[in-house]
Amino acid sequence: MTLDVTDLRKTYPTGDEALNGVDLSVGGSETTAMIGPSGAGKSTFIRCVNRLTEPTGGTVEIDGTDLTALDDDGLREARRDIGMIFQEYNLVERLTVMENVLTGRLGYVSAWRAFRRSFPPEDIERAYEILETVGLDDMENKRVDELSGGQRQRVGIARAVVQQPKILLVDEPTSSLDPETSNTVMRLLTEIAAEREVPVLINIHEVDLAVEHADRIVGLHDGEVVFEGSADELGDDTLDRVYRGGDPPESRAPNASEGPADDDAADESVVRNGVVSADGRASERPTSGGS
Amino acid sequence: MSEVDVSTTWRRFDRRRRIGRFVGVLGALVVFLASWRYLDMGITNVETVPREINDLLTRMYPPDVAYTVEIVEPLIETLHIAALGTAGAVVLAVPVALLAAENTTPNAATYWLGKLIVTVSRSVNTIIWALIFVVVFGSGPLAGAVAIAFRSVGFLGKLLGEEIEEIDFGQVEAVRAAGASSVQVLLYGILPQVKPALVGLSVYRWDINVRDSTILGFVGAGGIGVQLFRAVNAFAWQSVAMILIVILGVVLASEGISAYARRLVR
Amino acid sequence: MAAEQRTWRRPTAFGRREFKWAAYVGLVAFFLWSALGVGVDPARIAQGIGRGLTLLGDFFPPEATPRQAQRIVDKMVESVAMAMISTVTGILISVPVAFMAAENLSPKPLYYLNRGFISLSRALNAIIVAILVVKAVGLGPLAGIITITFKTVGFFAKLLAEDLEDIDMGSVDAVRAAGASPVQTLLYGVVPQIIPRFAGLSVYRWDINIRTSTVVGIVGAGGIGSVLLTAFNRYSYQYVSAILVAIIAVVLVAEGVSAVVRRRYQ
Repeated sequence: MTLDVTDLRKTYPTGDEALNGVDLSVGGSETTAMIGPSGAGKSTFIRCVNRLTEPTGGTVEIDGTDLTALDDDGLREARRDIGMIFQEYNLVERLTVMENVLTGRLGYVSAWRAFRRSFPPEDIERAYEILETVGLDDMENKRVDELSGGQRQRVGIARAVVQQPKILLVDEPTSSLDPETSNTVMRLLTEIAAEREVPVLINIHEVDLAVEHADRIVGLHDGEVVFEGSADELGDDTLDRVYRGGDPPESRAPNASEGPADDDAADESVVRNGVVSADGRASERPTSGGS
Repeated sequence: MSEVDVSTTWRRFDRRRRIGRFVGVLGALVVFLASWRYLDMGITNVETVPREINDLLTRMYPPDVAYTVEIVEPLIETLHIAALGTAGAVVLAVPVALLAAENTTPNAATYWLGKLIVTVSRSVNTIIWALIFVVVFGSGPLAGAVAIAFRSVGFLGKLLGEEIEEIDFGQVEAVRAAGASSVQVLLYGILPQVKPALVGLSVYRWDINVRDSTILGFVGAGGIGVQLFRAVNAFAWQSVAMILIVILGVVLASEGISAYARRLVR
Repeated sequence: MAAEQRTWRRPTAFGRREFKWAAYVGLVAFFLWSALGVGVDPARIAQGIGRGLTLLGDFFPPEATPRQAQRIVDKMVESVAMAMISTVTGILISVPVAFMAAENLSPKPLYYLNRGFISLSRALNAIIVAILVVKAVGLGPLAGIITITFKTVGFFAKLLAEDLEDIDMGSVDAVRAAGASPVQTLLYGVVPQIIPRFAGLSVYRWDINIRTSTVVGIVGAGGIGSVLLTAFNRYSYQYVSAILVAIIAVVLVAEGVSAVVRRRYQ
């Protein structure tokens, strides 16, 4: 399965140009991390893929089907094949863990069955299995608002995986989590990708997490792809290009990590958990590259 | 000593407010006097009021307990009107709230339609709605129930709409991203978030509606008001007193139930 | 691990599923009983919808002859004047009632007496009160003023009494410890604590009173309501809708003013 994005553009009604023609292909079972400063358009990009945000130009093709050309029904059908994981988990807080996971199967049941919570037995069996995979055994009847951040993100992952998606879109999965939980979540995502043979596209601002877990890294700056390659190819100068728009490494602006416009609510801050230092570079570059 | 301290600091922090308040009170007084003159009611008229009211109360005592038997049926009818009117209002209010909430309304036209429904419903008193529906359905409790429903739609639609505007839209988006239809998005993304408010508001409105249902009888829309009006016109003051006591009991009971139920839902 | 297929059912808040079903069945049965009691039947509803549409047609466009328009204006001013006077008198009477109904400031017998009065005022709908008052003091705006004043006292004294019960007794004691007399204690220890809410509540109640003053006329207690009832009884529906438009307009203006004033005060 492949995702092909061609010349994707997004201009917000305010005039902010979040994406200036992004081309990207993701396929196989590789994990692609998209890095870039706040406001670079990472979130906008991911949201444009499944049209939670309507792109203003370009095409998004999944196995040859152009999502941007679909009508409402077609889009709903296409979205069933795209699992999405959110920064703030976006779980339905007042529902149980199981109900949240089964939300991933809504595209396959009627509204009436959904209302009665009567999902096919194989969906429920699958949901149980996935809950075990993500380490939430016996939690199915807990209400989500009783869970910790790490547990919530696992429910979020389970909800996306139960869709049996052809691709996983992951929007800043770790920025609300502590470093240790972040690592676990990232490992879980790459394992799922390998096991289920689906490509994963992850937005992430923590460069060291990206380097450690991703097979491939895409650097976004000001709505344009400025780097694409393996984690090993990511040097200091490329990081400078991604985070500061190609300034030579000597001229370090104090707050270069802040992007031009804060058009993405999700791209709040690049500096979180002390993972990325103020000049936007990885503070602790691991010597061994990707996994 | 410290008393003076209290007063000076209070004054210093609050001088502008004090002036504002003074102007407010003065304005109220002027309007009060002007209104009094406009209504042209002599002071003598007012003087007799305590005596007349006292007279009325004396005639009400003792309440005619035997009369209770005759008011059981209209009382039940009143409760039916309140229950049915509230139920109808809840059913109608959900779509109205979705229209009147900025984040769920399809477009600007539907938004203003929602606001219009809410405004008209809320601005017209129950008894006026009852007047209208007595013309439509003929006299009887049906007109009353519909009147209660129409009055409550605005109340519920407004408050529920405000709740919907405050929901976390991320949860809605996540459900949508999984490929859910709009009905499913409503069921899984929006409804769970507003459910406590929906139940709480409905029960609260039911409580108000029990009170409102007691007056519908005056315009022929059923309920205990019919009996009360008849007793008043017959100057059967002891029966009137009994009806008032029963109404008081029912209203207090419904208030208690409503408060209890609202605490129960979280 | 997954040899057999597991099943899942949503846990119910009722503890056991049977209780849940019993509760739902009970609720549905009650509403059916209500529908039966109120006399809902499809034919009547269908007929009513037809007649409702005709009536709606008769309402448009709202129209009033110059004489009728003048009458609307006169009676509307009367309504507003009634509301103004009742708000002022109601608040003035509420203050002592509130003090006597505050558990921490009032002796027990007085407390229960005033709480009882407040409950009575809140439980009885304005229309019922108006009917009784009209019988006591005769037709006209005076009856309306007494009615609305009575309702204002119930509302205002309750909230004020709750505020008084919540005041910080520490600062009251501090003022008293400084050697202040009871009146001084009241002025410097109690009043500053409740005054910020006082202004907001007054305006809020004034807004409610405007609404009430437009309907008590239906039972003869002055204001625009009487004009509305007459118009209804004469089947002059365009006049009715003109009056309704006037009422909605006044209610909206009052609500707007009240919202603005409260926002500036809080």
